[in-house]
Amino acid sequence: MNAPKDLKYSAEHEWVKTEGGNVRIGITEFAQSELGDIVFVELPQVGDEIKAGDPFGSVESVKTVSELYAPISGKVVEVNTELEDSPEYVNESPYENAWMIVIEPSDAAEVDGLLSPEKYEELISE
Amino acid sequence: MAEQLKRTPLFDVYANYGGKTIDFGGWELPVQFSSIKAEHEAVRTKAGLFDVSHMGEIILTGTDSEEYLQKIMTNDVSKLVKGQAQYTAMCYKDGGIVDDLLIYKMDDNHYLLVVNAGNIEKDFNWMQENASGDVTLVNKSEDYGLLALQGPSAQGILQKLTTQNLDEIGFFRFANNVDVAGKDVIVSRTGYTGEDGFELYASAKDLTDLWSSILDAGTEEGILPCGLGARDTLRFEACLPLYGQELTKDISPLEANIGFVVKLKKEQDFNGKSILLEQKENGVQRKSIGIEMIDKGIPRTGYPVFVDNKQIGHVTSGTQSPTLKKNIGLALINATFAELGQEVEIEIRNKRLKAITIATPFYKREK
Repeated sequence: MNAPKDLKYSAEHEWVKTEGGNVRIGITEFAQSELGDIVFVELPQVGDEIKAGDPFGSVESVKTVSELYAPISGKVVEVNTELEDSPEYVNESPYENAWMIVIEPSDAAEVDGLLSPEKYEELISE
Repeated sequence: MAEQLKRTPLFDVYANYGGKTIDFGGWELPVQFSSIKAEHEAVRTKAGLFDVSHMGEIILTGTDSEEYLQKIMTNDVSKLVKGQAQYTAMCYKDGGIVDDLLIYKMDDNHYLLVVNAGNIEKDFNWMQENASGDVTLVNKSEDYGLLALQGPSAQGILQKLTTQNLDEIGFFRFANNVDVAGKDVIVSRTGYTGEDGFELYASAKDLTDLWSSILDAGTEEGILPCGLGARDTLRFEACLPLYGQELTKDISPLEANIGFVVKLKKEQDFNGKSILLEQKENGVQRKSIGIEMIDKGIPRTGYPVFVDNKQIGHVTSGTQSPTLKKNIGLALINATFAELGQEVEIEIRNKRLKAITIATPFYKREK
């Protein structure tokens, strides 16, 4: 499974990309392949506060609903509204087209506590 | 503690086809091979092959078999002729459902009863407790394997493997001891997908060979091996009920919209008859209906249904329909609100979202 080197990861299978002061968040290749065909993505709104470890949205496959857990805390500044009409991006392009939200972290140091690509690959190969 | 999951004779071949397994009521079964959507689509437009060997098979013999079935089943078994199958419910005295099942009339005084995997033991015990006269029940679930070949190309594919003229097997009819790819098979024109197709009962030891023979024969037609995920979305669109969701011990067949299997006019008293008669005469309090989301959201099993802030029922099954691309569900609700076009609200993760009652079945194939 592919885990790009420029990203950090959570044990809940989200990826995090630092972009200047903000971070972009999505779910991993491994997560989408476990979930199967994604048919619905529910995301927060711009301005919402999200808290590390708490659910901030959900993705639904044909068969199941899975919560999205915030890898770090912060304020939502951008939401990928394209996923409303094209949830299949999550399967096709989990690291690019299917980014989910951009947040302004309340504590940028939280990102350092996330998993490196190597650690994440270890986790999913278990 | 994790109990050892049961496996079908095909377990070892799932991985060769990319099968991803889950725990389904104590069985380790493939939820999908390629993708639920692709498999669903294959069955609607071409063909799909399912391993449904987890289903239970119980053999009933004895001179009082028909009389006995009339007492424990809601349908009229006397209508069955040799070579015919019948869908029926088996009820408790209070009208709740023990299971829904297929009865195959193999011969006079000889029936094959095909029950849901999760209910095999419960059903067998119930059948034995209710046995009277000359009847013998034998649970043969371990000996039988079962494949479902479904979809518009099913007949063409199967015909390549047998000299039995499949045109001679009508809907809900079957032929016994048919040679399919060199194996001894019961070929039944039945299924759980809303498409034409066959269910093939064979000896457990022959199943792996039969599975690969059928997939090979269907390559040209685009057959796909299919898992439980697609089986569920297919049966859901066709509004074929699932035990544990639309049907339970607390739901009657009339409430669940399978009144066509309840024959109140048959002579014999049968389990649940008086309650079902009363429900028929006075109308049911609850009814299974279709819903379509107006707001964005997907109804799922167990979600509460509201009208005017009052809970009127719950969703029994729901998903985004792969064929219709709509977010739809089946719900068991207070019969007062069961008219078409009733606006309701579905509670999805603490939010009340608008939906409307719609006609069922959601999908019906063109004949």
